Amino acid sequence: MPLIFSLLAGVIFGAGLTLSDMVNPARVTNFLDVAGIWDPTLIFVMAGGLAVTTLGYKFIFRRSSPVVDEQFHLPTQRQIDLPLIGGAALFGVGWGLAGICPGPALADLVTLEPKVLVFVVAMLVGMIAASALRVRIDAMKALRQS
Amino acid sequence: MTSFAPVSGLIGGVLIGLAAIILMLTIGRIAGVCGIVVNAMTASDAAGRLWRLAFILGLPLGALLVTALGLKDWSSITFPATMPTTIIAGLIVGVGATVGSGCTSGHGICGLSRFSMRSVVATVTFMATGVATVFIIRHMI
Repeated sequence: MPLIFSLLAGVIFGAGLTLSDMVNPARVTNFLDVAGIWDPTLIFVMAGGLAVTTLGYKFIFRRSSPVVDEQFHLPTQRQIDLPLIGGAALFGVGWGLAGICPGPALADLVTLEPKVLVFVVAMLVGMIAASALRVRIDAMKALRQS
Repeated sequence: MTSFAPVSGLIGGVLIGLAAIILMLTIGRIAGVCGIVVNAMTASDAAGRLWRLAFILGLPLGALLVTALGLKDWSSITFPATMPTTIIAGLIVGVGATVGSGCTSGHGICGLSRFSMRSVVATVTFMATGVATVFIIRHMI
């Protein structure tokens, strides 16, 4: 049952990325090009997404639990720290370089364009490397505190 | 050149929001693509990996569905970054999103919708460095 819901959510998410043209790197880089041929479409994508999600979450969180799980799984971190800012800063550089972020990269696989596949593989390598490093850092911190 | 497309942008955005609320209402999860992909590879339990793989599989399926309905013309879409730039961009997007606990969807849609201060800071930061990167590439080099 959870699988059907997450597949459905993925399909609708991918359809949204495609309809809004976020799968088009030029659409993204032109949005980021505020000093040149600025294309504000991405603002409308975010506005649509935020309006629906903010309102939807408001109603969903009145429930004590989701429909097919015992609890909501929400991020617990609160502090504004260096990994958050440094990671986001790096992410933005990569986003600006190729005009692709993780969701559109996966939807773009349907183009069978070799560069998309290369981007996705490089992204997975980066993710594995970063999470392995994080696990080690957390382990070292725990060791120092014990 | 891309022509300003507010209506299709808004409709696509609404669909992305719909996907986010379906995932939260049904299984209580954040629709952050980066977090889902990372945990699809690292989760220790099979169920934790499976729902994430189903979501990931859905992304290209959604793109195919829109195309099959005749609502998408891919002919004008190109990937202008060179192969070396694409590799570097992919690597730093992967590292940055993992270290920064989220990407455009996780922080930019789900986090902001929960009024998370971390997500506000992350979204402003990656927008700023994205703008700076494109400015350097297009107007300085």
